[in-house]
Amino acid sequence: MDPRKLRLGFLLATAAMALAFLLPPAPGAQPLSARPYVWEMSTAACLSCLLAAWRADLAAAIIGLPAAVLAAAASLLLLDDRMVAGAAGPGFWLIVIAAWLSAGLCVATLASLRQLRRKAQRAIDFLVPLLFGATVFYLWEVGVRGLGVPPVLLPAPSAAAARFASSLPTLGTDFVQTFVRGVLIGYAIGCGAGLLVAILAHRYQFLSRGLVPLGNFFAALPLVGIAPIMVMWFGFDWPSKAAVVVLVTFFPMLVNAIAGLSAAGDIERDLMRSYGASHRQSLTKLHLPAALPFIFNALKINATLALIGAIVAEFFGTPTQGIGFRISTEAGRMAIDMVWAEIALAALAGMAFYGLVALAERATTFWHPSYRT
Amino acid sequence: MTSSAETSSSFARPHRAPASRARDLLVERYAPLVTMVLAIVAIWYIAAVAMNWTLVRDAYEREETPYTISDVLAGTMDAERPLLPAPHQLAAAVYDSVFGYPPLAPRSLVYHALVTLSATLLGFLIGSLFGIALALMIVHSRVLERSLLPWIICSQMVPVLALAPIFIVMLGALGLHGLLPKSIISAYLCFFPVTIGMVKGFTSPDPLQIELMRTWSATPRQVLWKLRWPAAVPYLFASLKVAISISLVGAIVAELPTGAEAGIGARLLAGSYYGQTIQIWSALVVAAVLASGLIAVTALVEGGVLRRMGAH
Repeated sequence: MDPRKLRLGFLLATAAMALAFLLPPAPGAQPLSARPYVWEMSTAACLSCLLAAWRADLAAAIIGLPAAVLAAAASLLLLDDRMVAGAAGPGFWLIVIAAWLSAGLCVATLASLRQLRRKAQRAIDFLVPLLFGATVFYLWEVGVRGLGVPPVLLPAPSAAAARFASSLPTLGTDFVQTFVRGVLIGYAIGCGAGLLVAILAHRYQFLSRGLVPLGNFFAALPLVGIAPIMVMWFGFDWPSKAAVVVLVTFFPMLVNAIAGLSAAGDIERDLMRSYGASHRQSLTKLHLPAALPFIFNALKINATLALIGAIVAEFFGTPTQGIGFRISTEAGRMAIDMVWAEIALAALAGMAFYGLVALAERATTFWHPSYRT
Repeated sequence: MTSSAETSSSFARPHRAPASRARDLLVERYAPLVTMVLAIVAIWYIAAVAMNWTLVRDAYEREETPYTISDVLAGTMDAERPLLPAPHQLAAAVYDSVFGYPPLAPRSLVYHALVTLSATLLGFLIGSLFGIALALMIVHSRVLERSLLPWIICSQMVPVLALAPIFIVMLGALGLHGLLPKSIISAYLCFFPVTIGMVKGFTSPDPLQIELMRTWSATPRQVLWKLRWPAAVPYLFASLKVAISISLVGAIVAELPTGAEAGIGARLLAGSYYGQTIQIWSALVVAAVLASGLIAVTALVEGGVLRRMGAH
């Protein structure tokens, strides 16, 4: 990053921190200098911003990071004061701006690093989005509590996290009901069936000619709409959710796997033929491995679709547990922090699921050009 | 087909009249599809008989009227609340609810389809513009590429539909009702494929071409309009086709937890409350027609644009 811009940015952050000492954090509240811990933190943040502005190079990013953390901690401590929460004044927002500026500058500096060794690169690739996300969550927290947004509208992330921690048993049963029973079983059946039919279609040309247009057509349909019918057929419990997931995941897998099974090159096919390979041998040794990138593509698409399908199916009737059920009832009772806790649960489950699929992809398709660097 | 291809194939194969070859192609292409569709319809009829059988038989036994097997068989074809309506019954119901009422009556499916369609289109518009804007930012800023892109991928792991009830509460508190909350949910769902596709599209020009632009000392804006945009158009349409069908899903599902009075999702929900299976199925048929229509329109626009840009 341009050192002049970097210096300017950190100078602005320093100025904001210095101004925060002069202005009260809220109308009628104690000034910063009269608060223990807060003023020490703010002073340290201010000084490290100044130091970072003086260096204005890679070291600035490393100095700016603690500055951002200190400023953020100071502003969060300030929010514990009743006078500040909900009625924060310019003094408070200046600290927030300083924290945001220095965090943003650190992210920008780290992200624009080039030509690193592989390990350092990987660490940066991990660190930068993490810092970015932490900044976003910090701004959300401070914004909601500083402005006094009613919790019914948007709870602070800390409130949702506290709710998450205090209702772990409920979340656990919901997770088992929706994810383990509905999503995982349906996903396994849907993807497995899609792959099997694709293998059959690969064997019999006639089948594949008919199935490809049909599969494409069905894959584009809003299939989650079938949920009320599945609830009618399979009852309120998890089989109906799994059935929706099966339907939703089947067609993407079918279409992708058919495309993947015909992805092997002519030369490889000729080689298999010249070895006198049987159909089964060429399937397991050539066509299936060549189809793996396509199959994993479908598995990744389906990971999201499956979760959505299961949650939507729960809107049409459930036993009294499950993520979708809890979300709709708690939203009806205006317990929005519980809703956000459920969303966090679903997001964590979804990300872990996707991450596992992606890891499996890396382990099995390491030969693919997109992974060779 | 070029003339050289014609001659080489006529060397390779015995000569045939062009009409019969065209007919063979037609048969080769559509025979499997037609067979498949017919098979599905046949399976559907058999399933309708099998699934509605006990339902109809129990009804006869409750009324204690004598019945024969053929009575039950006929009954499975036009039960009032069948577990699975027979295809002809469904077709009649769809025809009736589409053409049987004036298009803006609340009982007409056209009306509900229009409500959902408007939310879909608005959401699609917002989502694709947002997606393109994000892609532009990501392509031009390394910082954003590093910091934002992982979160965009994560955002798709959040089951967005779970957010629908909250969006409604939040936007309702801000004084927004009706179309916009639904559109925002479908926009949230459909921006992702556009962003990913357009990032790919904007970075698809050859490095050589970008260097050529640099030797002409083109500004970033000129590189964008004269090189990156034209190169990205095929990617744009590929992702728009995905986005519009996702956007429809979003609009339909957004109607479920919001307690909407009109729209395809509302018809699904009402049908499931009152056990009106035929109503659910006809709403699904209309949704399918809508989805294929929207994709067809996008494909038509794509064909037109690509032809004007000089594709063959």
